[in-house]
Amino acid sequence: MKRALVIDDEPLARMVVLEYLQAFSDQIEVIQECNDGFEGLKAIQQHQPDLVFLDVQMPKINGFEMLELVEQQPAVIFTTAFDEYAIKAFEAHAVDYLLKPFSKDRFNKAIEKYLAQAPAGKQQAKQTEDLLEAVAQSPAQHERIVVKTGTKVKIIPVHDVQYLQADDDYVSVFTQEGSYLKNKTMNFFEQTLDPRYFVRVHRSYMVAIQQITRIDPYEKDSHLAILKSGAKIPVSKTGYVKLKQVLGI
Amino acid sequence: MAVSSITQSKLYGLFTACGLAWTILVACIIHNFGFIWYIALTDGMVSAILLAAACWLINNNLRYYQPGKGSYINLLIWCLALAGICTAGCRWIIPYLTSSNVYMNFLSQSLSIRFFTDFMAIGWMAMISMLWYSQLDHKETEKRKSEAERLARDAELYNLRQQLQPHFLFNSLNSINALIGFKPDEARKMIHQLSDFLRGTLKKDDQLLVPLSDELQHLNLYLDIEKVRFGHRLDTEISCDKHCGEAVLPSMLLQPIVENAIKFGLYDTTEKVTVSLRAEMEGSSLVVMVQNPYDPQTSRPKGTGFGLRGVQRRLYLLFARNDLMETHANDNIFTTIIKIPQV
Repeated sequence: MKRALVIDDEPLARMVVLEYLQAFSDQIEVIQECNDGFEGLKAIQQHQPDLVFLDVQMPKINGFEMLELVEQQPAVIFTTAFDEYAIKAFEAHAVDYLLKPFSKDRFNKAIEKYLAQAPAGKQQAKQTEDLLEAVAQSPAQHERIVVKTGTKVKIIPVHDVQYLQADDDYVSVFTQEGSYLKNKTMNFFEQTLDPRYFVRVHRSYMVAIQQITRIDPYEKDSHLAILKSGAKIPVSKTGYVKLKQVLGI
Repeated sequence: MAVSSITQSKLYGLFTACGLAWTILVACIIHNFGFIWYIALTDGMVSAILLAAACWLINNNLRYYQPGKGSYINLLIWCLALAGICTAGCRWIIPYLTSSNVYMNFLSQSLSIRFFTDFMAIGWMAMISMLWYSQLDHKETEKRKSEAERLARDAELYNLRQQLQPHFLFNSLNSINALIGFKPDEARKMIHQLSDFLRGTLKKDDQLLVPLSDELQHLNLYLDIEKVRFGHRLDTEISCDKHCGEAVLPSMLLQPIVENAIKFGLYDTTEKVTVSLRAEMEGSSLVVMVQNPYDPQTSRPKGTGFGLRGVQRRLYLLFARNDLMETHANDNIFTTIIKIPQV
């Protein structure tokens, strides 16, 4: 018996999934319905479901942002009404998705496909991760960074970010209130954050140029960027070139 | 312009370097005629300083005033006059600094050649300045033009998308799909609401002024559909004084404001959301206030979005006033107020 979650902020949309799922009641059991990404995240961590039906547009954090915070990716069937970018990403990464309103036939196909490949769970998790990487490039995702602090979810608007520092497999996101860990690489942020506002000044640092108050020479070939908060960020030789380009000096 | 402020210091440097070169050149030439270095350098410095002042003057003039096609003759006269002043300056200042008679003689003999070189140099400066500033001007206009074009394009695209409202449409159809199974009557009702709403949107003319009561009726169709989708967390309060039902406003003006309020409210919080609309008369203006909750922690402060900007733009185009829409954000409540003058 597979255990499934239905995450959608519209009760009627969840009802369609539940209704269609009745045909598979001997194979799939819905353990919980969730109203938004926060509930969804909690439920995924608590129940470790095999399958998740996930809406993309939801309050506060969208479906992709929720998945980013999940450690063990379950199999996901996305449901969405209209999102050009997401659809492109789904197609590129062969993750199954249902466009609302979807027919029972289309739904059955998705379930059968899932049941057929269910043992290969690892491969699906990899597909989902690739998908998240791809959608993170969409313009809508550039405006905030969603992180987990303990059991809570914190949404950091990008304009609150002062700088980013590489930290082993993580990146620390520094804001006025403190720093938050995000399990992504520096390269990921370099690709997703707006290059007009964020510059990779060093192998391990990216800085919000609005925050820089001055740039001092440091050792041979390197500089230090002094931020409004007083933080001193090392700037490498190539980082300095990039910084000068963005600042137009 | 940012670019010119950066290159400004470089230009000043270049200007000074030219001045120095000029001094040295003049000094060497005069030294070659057999005068001592003191005299040669004094002459070089005085004529270079005078020339530099003239060049600076003509450059500054051209910065704020670009001659039209017919007034190049004015510019020529200016150059001639400045060259004359420079030459006269040399003639009267240098005698104060040296007292060699032979040199005085040489100075008066060389006046014509001095005048000519000064005129050439000032003329050059005028030409370069003219080209430089007209190019800057050109760049500026080009930028403004492309900005305006971009805005127009964005607005057009937005309008197109707005007409289609794909997200709203597909989600509504999905809700109907759900209702058909267990509440067929409600499904039927929603289909009618949706068609009435779409028909209303299609026949509306942007330029038309319609009574508020008509506009609210159309808005209610939209709100009813949204309530089917989000009934468990969406509440709306509409209050309208009796006599303002007849007040008129541009059609489809409230739609984007309320849409924005609902989107903001529903996607920015996870709690129950109340979107309220209040209409009242204030003097001879109809005032409509729309409020929705939002989360200041995660919303962009500038978050007025294209929808509201479009509203402001329309109000401006219709009434030529920029103060007809305002937004406030405090205590987790976002407020949009529009005023529509009644003619």
